[in-house]
Formats: sequence, structure tokens, C-alpha cells
Amino acid sequence: MSAAISSGQGRAAARLGLFLLLLPAILWLGLLVVLPHVEMAILSFSQRIRAGVYGFGFGNYLEFLTEPLYWRTFGRTAIMSILVTLITLVISFPVALYIAKVARGATKPILFLMCLIPFWASELVRTLGWMMLLRETGVASYLMQLAGLTYGPVELLYNDGAVILGLVYGGMLFMIVPLANALESLDDSQVEAGYDLGGSGFTVLRRIIIPHAMPGIVAGSIVVFMLSVGNFVTPVLLGGKNGLWFTEQIYAQFITRFNWPQGAAFGFMLLLLSTLIVWAGLRLTGQGFSETLRRS
Amino acid sequence: MIKNLNRFGIVAAVSLLALSAQAQEKLRLLTWADYTPKEVVDAFTKETGIQVEITLSNNEEMISKLRATQGAGFDLAQPSQDRITGPQAEFGIYKPLDLSKIDSKLFIGSMLEATKKNTTLDGKVYGLPHIWGTDGLVVNTKVAPGVKDYLDLCGAEVKGKASLRAKRPTLIAFAFAMGEDPFKAYSDEKAYAALMDKVGTKLSACKANLKFFWDGKDALLAGLRAGEVTAAMAWDTGGWKLNSENPDLKFIAPKSGALGWVDTFAIPAKGRADDAAYKWINFNMRPEIAAKVAASAGNFSASQGADKLAAGKLKDQFAESFPQAAIDNIKWYPAVPAGLEAIEGKVLDKVKAN
Amino acid sequence: MTEPADLALEQVTKVFAGHRAVDGVNFAVRRGEFFSILGPSGCGKTTLMRMIAGFEMPSSGEISIRGQSMLGVPSNRRPVNMVFQNLALFPMMNVGENVAYGLACQGVGRAEREARAVRILERVGLPGYEERQVTQLSGGQRQRVAIARCLVLEPTLLLLDEPLGALDLKLREHMKLELKQLQGAFNTTFIYITHDQSEALVMSDRVAVMNKGCFEQIGSPRELYHHPATNFVAGFVGDANAWDVTPNPSLGPGLGVTLVSGADLRAHGRIGAVGHAYLRPEAIALAARIEELSGLPNRFHGKVSAVLFDGAASNLVIEAEGFAPHIRATLPQAGALAGVEVGARLAFGFSAEAVKVFPA
Repeated sequence: MSAAISSGQGRAAARLGLFLLLLPAILWLGLLVVLPHVEMAILSFSQRIRAGVYGFGFGNYLEFLTEPLYWRTFGRTAIMSILVTLITLVISFPVALYIAKVARGATKPILFLMCLIPFWASELVRTLGWMMLLRETGVASYLMQLAGLTYGPVELLYNDGAVILGLVYGGMLFMIVPLANALESLDDSQVEAGYDLGGSGFTVLRRIIIPHAMPGIVAGSIVVFMLSVGNFVTPVLLGGKNGLWFTEQIYAQFITRFNWPQGAAFGFMLLLLSTLIVWAGLRLTGQGFSETLRRS
Repeated sequence: MIKNLNRFGIVAAVSLLALSAQAQEKLRLLTWADYTPKEVVDAFTKETGIQVEITLSNNEEMISKLRATQGAGFDLAQPSQDRITGPQAEFGIYKPLDLSKIDSKLFIGSMLEATKKNTTLDGKVYGLPHIWGTDGLVVNTKVAPGVKDYLDLCGAEVKGKASLRAKRPTLIAFAFAMGEDPFKAYSDEKAYAALMDKVGTKLSACKANLKFFWDGKDALLAGLRAGEVTAAMAWDTGGWKLNSENPDLKFIAPKSGALGWVDTFAIPAKGRADDAAYKWINFNMRPEIAAKVAASAGNFSASQGADKLAAGKLKDQFAESFPQAAIDNIKWYPAVPAGLEAIEGKVLDKVKAN
Repeated sequence: MTEPADLALEQVTKVFAGHRAVDGVNFAVRRGEFFSILGPSGCGKTTLMRMIAGFEMPSSGEISIRGQSMLGVPSNRRPVNMVFQNLALFPMMNVGENVAYGLACQGVGRAEREARAVRILERVGLPGYEERQVTQLSGGQRQRVAIARCLVLEPTLLLLDEPLGALDLKLREHMKLELKQLQGAFNTTFIYITHDQSEALVMSDRVAVMNKGCFEQIGSPRELYHHPATNFVAGFVGDANAWDVTPNPSLGPGLGVTLVSGADLRAHGRIGAVGHAYLRPEAIALAARIEELSGLPNRFHGKVSAVLFDGAASNLVIEAEGFAPHIRATLPQAGALAGVEVGARLAFGFSAEAVKVFPA
């Protein structure tokens, strides 16, 4: 009887211990992740009735769906982010392959470090760096004139290309790391077998290297896509007068329009739709999300 | 977004620090760049023993910040006079001013009265004038001598080399330039929306002519200096600053009228150092202090007598930009009724997106 | 004109950073032959194989397949396929896709590809395995898939790089037999690399013994076993008693040597000032009395100090004067001495030809 009691107490103590152990994580998640989102969700369903008076309603979401301006901006943002993701993937793949399979000894950490160095400066500084390079009186324009490629100064800034460039630059590290990780585990003999059995370089890449790197590709692509869709600084600074990024809409709603409920609704639409795009991407490439997480 | 949330976080942290360090009196000031020259702040601290903690901002951010905390975190703010009653009605972020604590003799009488009238809500006054200036055109007169009015920014002379802000002053300016009176339409939301749509269409058509929408003053000035931009809608100060460096760059009061603005003092609803705030206001309006602030900002003070102490150069530049007729033609912003920002914002979004 | 060899190497050398990994190797492999390259790890056999496969280019020398020079021909254009040490099956493909991969590379149509994959899987004893994942297969089955994947391409040469190394003993013994049968059934030329002499001896028509980048000897397993050409081959191939010896002309006629530990032996071979002598345990005749060994030139008394029982390969450890620390002889499986115990005194003897002597 007493043994039963003491073992029951023991279990209770263990449970309390576990709870205390998890407490920081629970607090972290609850206070910093869940709570703000719940507040945002509540906010997104409130509608202005008149000055200072708000009521419940779906108006903010309807506004997104019915106003072509907003969903077009989102569509533009999403398509450009997908493009950024693809370009980043294409550029990062050979880099990651080189780091994972060709570089030996001390070269490997040095190459990783070189990828990392730009991230020691803040995103703002990096973007300003690109502005200096690309502006009409900037370095790139000067060099192009020097090389005789153009007769006058060229403006390379303030267009979609500049935005894509900036986002690709910012996303590369996040693509290279998971890719290099995935490729590192690829056995050299698999590649050799691929050639030995008559495969061309392209066949080996398509049928052996890429399928092997798929978890890395998926992980990197999700990160780069999410970072691009949610980026604010780069599109604002490098983007042209025609380029509105969806985050700018959210910013505008919160800061210049004082319309927090609308901004919150946009924020949720961004979360929802970009998640949907990631899900569709996974389905399209035949990858399961949990499987990707497990394998990467 | 993140940047701003961070800033809220920093504000919160700073407030906590302020709580713990209450021994020393502190004034938390939310203001514009160049309004608080160091010697003025130091002199104030020396005289009163009050520390001044400065956060730089603009109209929209000031309102957003105060809205986020329902008027806490700052003891004194400096929004433009037309942007007080609207947000106050909507969010209640300011507290009424106790005019008995103000030395009204320090102000230019007519400007004080006009500002009080413009910032009055339900019979209570919320703002006092501090610095005023105008929005007009900064033009490289050598390259683009033909730019005389806002719509000239859409002309062939400055093709690809003009710039604007994607903000409400641009909409107002274009409305005037198109022969309309947007201020009259303020009271009628529908008419105003129709007018703004018209302005938006015009702006969209004009966009091909623009180099970029400028946001930070420094980016614009750099563009003008480098010759990448030859004409822009901007503040008079920026124009005069450039004029001192390069006489070809001039601030021009546009034909349809420069837009006159007044930045004010307003006390946030949950400010904790009202006495310090009033002390700062009275201190800043002393002619010799006001002259220093005006020189730092490059604008004009609402302080009675400060203009007599202003630097000669600024006076000359003002005289060149503003003949008497142009002064008479300045369009002073009336208070913006709540809700108009939403209309303007949507038009601006469309202009940017299309 | 004779038919050109399936594979011919002339003076093939590979230098890595000043180190001659493969040094002037010559050999030719006939059509349908099972040819092994046997050597300790680090002897250069893997490098040699990678040159044949096309993963490495020789520093000098010529490699030709059926008379065609392979220099400058990349691995994917050589009529050579390789079974890798770890098999290197493609885990992202099922068994059928693995087998059909090479056919797809050749541009064979889907239907034919699948039909040929099915057929080859039947022939290697894996009927109906097309849809299986490679991770579901046993070690031996994976082995067969790896071989089927190559043989479906009907290569001139099949290279096998120690493919049995990862298998357990029982399976390894079984696979030896199976490989040999497969080679016979397909009549494809096999080149097999191994450090395991039993694999090489059991399966091969001919074996090349490789050491320090050079071939020591090429010959049939019997030749290598019974007539090693070099000191290294004698020591490396098969089991042997090995001693350091000096010449002893007084024992003539023929070659006479004296062990460092003292015993005088009549022997066979060549020697300088010093040499090594090798004597296989199964070449030693045992008898209860020395008189029974009168036909043998080398006869000694000894005492059994241990019995190392290992079935057919059981050995006796015999202490005898002049043999330090001891001499090993195969345990007779029949006759009076089949049940010999530790401590028993006996006589042993061997012919002069059984003692192979090489200069040190």
C-alpha cells in the first residue's frame, strides 16, 4: 500500500520534473510564437465600423480576394519568389557539389566560410552594397562603359532583375548548406557506377545525383522561397517603381494606413498561401514533408 | 515588419530601463531628424537636469508607434499639424494640452492660433506649432529649366530622371496641379475618393517618367547630386541644402502652390513626464534656441523673433524660392479627417503596383 | 591472324604524386577467361582496375580492349562494366530500374528494356524481383542485382572489385561458386580483384599476383600454388612454413640449405648468400617411425605440441630439433596417425622439391 503511494508520488514527481524541464520551451513557444499569432488572428477578423469602433467580420479577407490589386501583388510576389528559388537552386547546385565532392581538406571549411562571410553584414548593408554596384553612377555601369558595352551610363537598379539578384544573393547560403549536406552523403561509387553503366554526365546528374540530393533540394527550396516571399528590405530598396512586394502591402497597412486588422489579414494570407505553394511544390515533386524532414 | 517589431521591442526595453532609473528625470522625445541639434539638447539638460532620449521618425511611424502602445513609451511627439485630429479621433493617442503651461508670447501669434484651431478635437487643443516649411520642387535648373509645376515632372524634359514620394503629399500636389482643390474635398469622402482615383490615373501614366519613388531623403539628395535625378518633388530644406553645394540645384515654389506644413508638439496619451515636455517646448521656442534648431533643420521656426536670428544664406534662399506671390499661394494642410488615409493608401498601392 | 585479346595492357604505369602506384604492368586476358588480380591492400590493384574501367588514366602505357585502344575513352563509352566493392546499387531506383539503367543510357526503348531486365533477373536467379526496393534484398541478392545490372549490357569485360568482401563467410563460399557458374553461363570475360587468395584460386582460370605496383607472377592457380615464381608469391599464396636459410653446399648433390635455427634441408630453387625457404604443411609426410619415410631425403623426429583442429584444414604443430619455433604439418585424415594426440612422438619427412628456396 505504502509502496503504491510512494511510486505514485514518484510518478507525479517525474511528471512535474518533465514539466519543469519543458517549461522554457513551452513558454518560448507560447509567449513568442503562439500568442502573437493568436492576437494577429483575432485582429484580422476585426472590422472598422466607425472611428474607434471595431466589430467582428471577414471583411479584411474579402478585401484581399475581391481587390485585384492585392491578390495580383501576392501572385507577383509568389511567382518571383519561385523564380528566385529556381535560380538560387541552379546556381547553388554546382557550388554545393564542388564543396561536397571536389573540395578536399582545408578548402572545404574555407569555401563554407566564404559563403557565410556576406552574412556577417546585415541584410540592409548587403542590399546597400548592391545599390552602389548597380546604380547609374555605380561600379557596374562604369565598368560596362569602360569595356565599351554601352555608350552612356546604364541604370541597372530599380527593376525586377535587381530584386531577383538581391534575393538570390541572400538566399544562396540557405540553399548551399542543405544541398552540400545532402550531397556529402552521396557515395562516389554511385556516381562512378552511373558513368560506368554508360550514363552521360546529364544522365548521372538527373538519375543519381539529383534524386540523392532531393531532401536537400526540398529543404533549401522551402527556406529560400519562404525567405524571399517574406523579404522586405531587398524588394523595397532594389525594386523599381513598378515592383510592389506583398510584404510592402502589409507594411503599408500597418504603418502608413494604420489599418492593423487589414495588415493582420494580409499577414495570414501570406502565411496560408505560401504554405499552400510549398505543399503544392512538395506534391508536384513527389516529396513528403515529414519524409523530407526525416531525411534531411 | 520585423524591423519595426524589433523597434517596438527596443522601445519596450528602453521603457523598462527608464522605470528602473527614475532617479534622473527623463524626456522621451519622438521627433524628426535634425530637429534636436546636440548643443540644444545639452543646454536643456544643463539648465533643467532633464535627460532627453531621442527617437527619430516620420508622421506615419509616429502614429503607428503610439498606436501600438495606445500612446505610451514617449513623453513628447512632433507630428505634422494636419495628422493629429484624425488619429486622435480614431486611436486616442494624445492628451489635451494644458495651455496655461505654455508661454504663448514665444510663438508667432497667427501661427499659434491657426495650429490650435487645426488640432482641436471636441474643444480640446492637441498641438502647438514648432517648425514649418513647404513641399515643392527641387530642380536642376541647368538641365531641366522648364520644370515649373508638379505636372512638369511627367514631361519629356526629365524623362527617366524625375522622382516623387509614393505618399499623400504627392497626391495632394498633383490634385492642385490638375486644377482641383483636394482640401475642399476632405469633407466628402466619396468626392475625395473620386478625385484621388483621377490623380492616381495621372500618376500611373506619369510613372514611366520616374527614376524611382524616393523614400529616404538621403537617397534622393544623393541622386540629385549625382545627376541621376534632375527634378523631384521634395522639401524646401533639401533643395536649399543642395543649392549651397551646387547653385544649379534650386528649390522652386510650383505654380499651383507649394504645400505648407507645420510640425507640432503633441503629448502622447500615456506620457509620464508632462512637466519636462512643457519645459522642453518653452525652452525650444526661445528665439535663440529656435534659431539654432531652425538652422539645423534648414526650415523656419514658429518662434517669435527666431527669423531675425536666422542665418543670412537661408533667408536669401527663401527669398529666391518664394516671391511674395508664391508665399501667398502656399497651400496649408488642413487637418486630415479620419479615414482619408485608407483612400489615399489604396490609390498609392495601385500606382505602385501597376 | 589471331583474335585480339579481350583486354591487353602494355607497360601500364600510374604515378600519384611521385609514388608509382602501378609500375609497368603487362598482361592479356583471353575471351571468356576468369582472370583474377590478387594482392595485399595497397598493392595497386584497385588503381589498375580503375584504369581499366576508365576512372583513371594511365601515366604511361597502353590499355586496349579487343584491339581497340582505350586511352582517352571515358568510362561510359568503354565496353567494360564494373561491380563495385560496395555494389553501388542505386537506392532511389527499384531492382528493375537498376538493371534497366544501363539500357536506358544506351537508348533502348522502355518495353525492350523491361523485357531484358526481367530476363536477366531470371538468369541470375531473381525472377519477379523487378519491383522490389534494393533495401529489401539480402546481401547475396544485392550481389546478383549488381552483376545482372552489368551483364544485361553484354559487356566485353566485367570487372569485379572485391565484391564478396562485405558478405559473411558462409555466403561468401556460396557466392564463389555462383560467380563461377554465372561466368560460365554468360561466357563473359571476368576480371576479378581480391586480396583473398582463396577467392582467386577457387574461381580463376588464371591469377596475377600483384605486389608494390608490379605483377610478380601470372599463372593458373595450380602453377601459383605449386610453382611460385617469386619469394612473394610463395609466401602470399597458400599456407606454408617459412624460414630464413643460408646455403649449405656440403649437403649436395642439388641445393642444400641450413635453417637459421639449425636444421639442414635438401631443397629446390636458387639462393644467394641468404634466402627464404617455404614448405607447405600438406607436403609433409608423417610416420610413427622414421624408417617408414626412407624414400624422402629430409627426415626428422619430432613431438606434437598442439593440434589445431579445423576440419579438413587441421594442422599439427610439431616441435623438432633445428626447427624454431616449430613446424606445421597437415593432420592426416585417415590411417594410424589420424587420431594423434598432443605429446605423441613421431617422424616427419618431405621431398627436396617441396622445399622452395628463393634468394632474399
